[in-house]
Amino acid sequence: MSSHQFWQQFRYALQLGFAWMILGFLVLPMLIILPVSLTDRSYLSLPEHSLSIQHYQAFFSNSAWLSATGQSLLIASIATILALIIGSLCAIGCWRLSNGFSNGVRLFMLAPIIVPTIVQGLAYYRFWAATGLFDTYIGVIIAHTLVGLPYTIITVSASLAGFDVKLEQAARSLGASTWRTLLHVIVPGISPGLFAGGLFAFTHSFDELVIVLFITSRGIATLPKRIWEGIEDNIDPTIAAAAVLLITITFAVLLLGALFRSLSERASARRNQLAEEH
Amino acid sequence: MLQTEMRTYYLLLVPALVIMGIFFVVPLSSVLWISVTDPAPGLENYTQLLTSDLIHRIWWNTVRICVITTLGAVILGYVVAYAMAQVSPRHRSFMLLCVIITFWFSVLVRAFAWVMLLRPEGPVNSALMGIGLIEEPLYLVRNELGVLIGMIHYMLPVAILPLYSNMKSIPHKFTDAARGLGASPLKAFFLVYLPMTKPGILAAAILVFIISLGFYITPAILGGGRVVMIAEYIRVSFDETLRWGHATMLASTLLFVVVAILVVLSRIVDLKKVFGA
Repeated sequence: MSSHQFWQQFRYALQLGFAWMILGFLVLPMLIILPVSLTDRSYLSLPEHSLSIQHYQAFFSNSAWLSATGQSLLIASIATILALIIGSLCAIGCWRLSNGFSNGVRLFMLAPIIVPTIVQGLAYYRFWAATGLFDTYIGVIIAHTLVGLPYTIITVSASLAGFDVKLEQAARSLGASTWRTLLHVIVPGISPGLFAGGLFAFTHSFDELVIVLFITSRGIATLPKRIWEGIEDNIDPTIAAAAVLLITITFAVLLLGALFRSLSERASARRNQLAEEH
Repeated sequence: MLQTEMRTYYLLLVPALVIMGIFFVVPLSSVLWISVTDPAPGLENYTQLLTSDLIHRIWWNTVRICVITTLGAVILGYVVAYAMAQVSPRHRSFMLLCVIITFWFSVLVRAFAWVMLLRPEGPVNSALMGIGLIEEPLYLVRNELGVLIGMIHYMLPVAILPLYSNMKSIPHKFTDAARGLGASPLKAFFLVYLPMTKPGILAAAILVFIISLGFYITPAILGGGRVVMIAEYIRVSFDETLRWGHATMLASTLLFVVVAILVVLSRIVDLKKVFGA
């Protein structure tokens, strides 16, 4: 090997080494939570003598933790459905209008991503208190619907960009009503976007904390809120178990999404193949 | 398009506009309104921006932490994105997996994990003492260093994704051509590759900086109450000292800064691409 080639490979290896070191830094926090949640001690620490599932048992036998998980799942599910319905209708309307007004609307809908959450929290606090939404399920669901809306609009708009307007026009000229066209032609066509938007909206709501801290008091305690209070108050390893469950649910939802997408891609590839054969 | 059809499509926008109007625009406007009316009408609250040493110190803290976070995340992110653009597809998908998984990893859980890792009796300090690098545990957390580690960690995937999507579109033949014409590897990188990645760097830096400005959870947990950024100070001024005019003024200022940065940058780069819309 010439020295030139040697240096070239050396540089490449060095560069890759750095990149993997940074990636190691990136995954490091994930590697600590699981062992801490399995500690055999009664305080936050790495396991000393053996692994123990006592802190998971403590989690599942504690009604406060279970109720927090249930509340989070309920709020995230309803907020996701609302964000999907409202966001898709808006995205479809903007797509068909595609004029200056609809472009402005689409941009305006990104506001909940752009405005810092702390500012939103402060704003909601005042309004929610004045309208009786403070510390209620409906109040949190509305706030989380706003959190999810930009994501559903972005993903559905992206799906629509690749959707052939002629399909819609064909359905209309064959006599389908606007609503029928929407339900039977457009919705199936943009299902990947709907699905991705739903995942974004769900995971963001399930993990959201800052706004919940502002608009709830004792009545509502989502899983992130209880973990937050746990970190502030004590050193009970049940928090680590709760944290593992929080991310497990998030990743399970994302994994299901990836699985569904690859299945539907395969199905559509098969359909195209069959269509070509005939 | 027929007039009636147009009307149907306008109708589709109504639910979104109504919910945003009532539950987003009204509350946000009232924040802006309170900032100029409480305790007395006028710009009194805003004059504190110029006169209050405390506010100066907190804004300076916030901006300094955000600038360091942005530099850290973009530089480290550049190294990762550059490697991802060079390696084989299989290798790349492993790297991308690490980035995506971290991206979805809860901000709250990450901050909690960093406290576990970095505290004096945590594994990082034990490891450093075990190999004899240090004698006494280092204070890596509950201070500004801890906040920076947590924030750079949170922002790395946010920086890597736009950098990588920019680099993906740069063909190797440009740097190859520079090398063929006799440029040294460093020269080929700095004069050819780096300038072509400028849009990616800019997009990554804006995203990281803007998101960092409003950070609340990471500084609260990793700073241990010692590192007060603007978001924490907003909470304190309405929650503990109950100065609504003060809190809303600070929130409005934060909002103005973020929007101003976006407006200036929308003239330089295509923001639609930055936000993936």
